[in-house]
Amino acid sequence: MNLSKKSLMHMYETMIRIRLFELKLQEFFAAGEIPGFVHLYLGEEAVATGACTALTDSDKITSTHRGHGHLLAKGGDLKLMMAEIFGRQTGYCKGKGGSMHIADMDLGILGANGIVGGGGPLSVGAALAAKYQKTDDVAMCFFGDGASNQGTTQEALNMASAWKLPLVFVNENNGYGISCPQCKSMAVVDIADRAAAYDMPGVVVDGNDVLAVHEAVVEAVKRARKGEGPSLIECKTYRWRGHFEGDACTYRCVEELEEWKGKDPIPRFEAKLIESNTLTKAEAEETWKRIEKDVDEAVEFAKSSPMPSTSALMDDVYA
Amino acid sequence: MSEKTYLQALNEALRQEMESDEKVFILGEDVGQFGGCFGVTQGLFAEFGEERVMDTPITESTIVGAAAGAAACGLRPVAELMFVDFIGVAFDQLFNQAAKMRFMFGGKATVPMTLRMPQGAGIGAAAQHSQSLESWFMNIPGLKVVIPSTPHDAKGLLISAIRDDNPVVFLEHKLLYGATGEVPDESYSIELGKADVKREGSDVTIVAYSQMLYSALEAAEQLKADGINAEVVDPRCLLPLDKDTIIDSVKKTHKLVVAHEAVTFAGAGAEIAAIIADEAIEYIDAPIKRVGAPFCPVPFSPPLEQFYIPGAGQIIEAVKSIC
Ligand SMILES: Cc1ncc(C[n+]2csc(CCOP(=O)(O)OP(=O)(O)O)c2C)c(N)n1
Repeated sequence: MNLSKKSLMHMYETMIRIRLFELKLQEFFAAGEIPGFVHLYLGEEAVATGACTALTDSDKITSTHRGHGHLLAKGGDLKLMMAEIFGRQTGYCKGKGGSMHIADMDLGILGANGIVGGGGPLSVGAALAAKYQKTDDVAMCFFGDGASNQGTTQEALNMASAWKLPLVFVNENNGYGISCPQCKSMAVVDIADRAAAYDMPGVVVDGNDVLAVHEAVVEAVKRARKGEGPSLIECKTYRWRGHFEGDACTYRCVEELEEWKGKDPIPRFEAKLIESNTLTKAEAEETWKRIEKDVDEAVEFAKSSPMPSTSALMDDVYA
Repeated sequence: MSEKTYLQALNEALRQEMESDEKVFILGEDVGQFGGCFGVTQGLFAEFGEERVMDTPITESTIVGAAAGAAACGLRPVAELMFVDFIGVAFDQLFNQAAKMRFMFGGKATVPMTLRMPQGAGIGAAAQHSQSLESWFMNIPGLKVVIPSTPHDAKGLLISAIRDDNPVVFLEHKLLYGATGEVPDESYSIELGKADVKREGSDVTIVAYSQMLYSALEAAEQLKADGINAEVVDPRCLLPLDKDTIIDSVKKTHKLVVAHEAVTFAGAGAEIAAIIADEAIEYIDAPIKRVGAPFCPVPFSPPLEQFYIPGAGQIIEAVKSIC
């Protein structure tokens, strides 16, 4: 695939942005400064990045409980996201949603989701709207290996296919639904095999290789835009942290984690960029530092923002 | 008898029922080695093995449906949903299948299943993980709805729920898992549909359950300073509802406040108030007051969430407005 330096650098920066954002959250959650649940995307950055960089701003995505990566990759604002996760009035949802409910309709982000399998039917609706209104937009549904078993997900695959909707299903197979390994929740090894049941292409890619993800998704997006219907891309990856921050993670072994950490998508891509003279070591260092500063500023913004006022509680219940 | 947490009491009830009846088994997400989302099934996997403590895929509809099907075929499943909020995914299996099978089949099916679900706000879990949905289930003939507030009640009621021959929805408040109290070590049951007077009083009846019971008791203590002696009735079970105990209390106090964490509008409090209006209005000498959450989804940010959850303050206010 021939990608411009600009696109490659955008992917590189996006992955770093997600990485540093999540590491910050990890730190502040441990310090007790973030309420509620936080599910980190560490280790899976290549999936959201490779997939969302195949989309335009007006394309739509549905996300999951592990959504920070998707939202950032789709262009989500660091400050507004951070403030929301800290429960501040200046956040994306004015502090009413938190980590699992961040949305930005202007960027085509139909929300993270606290319900496993909640996004599938919504993405069908988004794709349907695009087809109905004859826009050029496509929708993309992110969902986990666990979510792939939900009836809602299977129903969405079926309807999208029956109606030839412009929809790309991006399965993030990180091997576990909380403590349940994939082998205990389904008999198939490749979730992409399920695509056959709905007569759509099913592709397995290395989810820790941002270019592999991107390439497969670009194909699927093309197909969707041409009106040829949905595709299912399965990205094999791994989450580095427990299911949520605070999970002791006793159900998987350290060796497995170490093995996957060896496949860290960011240094892999960085090495490729340096090798191909797209990036110098000095530029790489500068990039990490610059983004670290952006993330710090986002934290600063969040922490200096006010908590929501109780007088706002009843706002936005009805239009 | 010893001091136990609500969580330990539930765990003990499950263990004892599994020991005494081979037909009892557990199914749900991460209930096995992981011990359940909040730890209620801890240790049971090690003790009873994966044949009786089954980790399911993330498929609530099939968890509830499989429990109903297995129950109809002679077993006594105890299914767990991680949060009551996920019942939406599984609702058909509960209200059209499990709850109606017996009636639709002319009494030929028996569905002795228990569906345990944590509910309630207070941990910053936001709108899709914090709701109190008991009134949804109260409107479904065929179900029983149990909602214990103390460790003692939790154990005895869970044992009764498992032994009951009907589908029982068993609602646990997630903030109560750490609540402690005296719990007998041996197995015991508490009849479903029997309220418990948690505090005797003469001036006003406060009906409250689950986490709100504690706010009601706190309110009652504080009201003493104003010379108001409140009686606190914990229905423990909302379907069937022990009308008699509530009516008897109202006959004595002539005033009623109903308090719950669910939104006030169309909540359980509305039904309780209506029952008193229907059947005991002549004993009431002040408006019936309801305390509940405002009519909006549960907000995330801590100051909003704390403001949202009703507490002793609102109960006191309600009582004072009629006493
Ligand atoms: C309907 C529903 N059931 C269960 C849950 C609890 N839960 C949250 S995330 C999760 C695991 C999801 O696994 P997967 O889809 O593989 O995504 P991952 O966490 O691995 O990214 C579960 C069971 C939920 N939020 N919604």
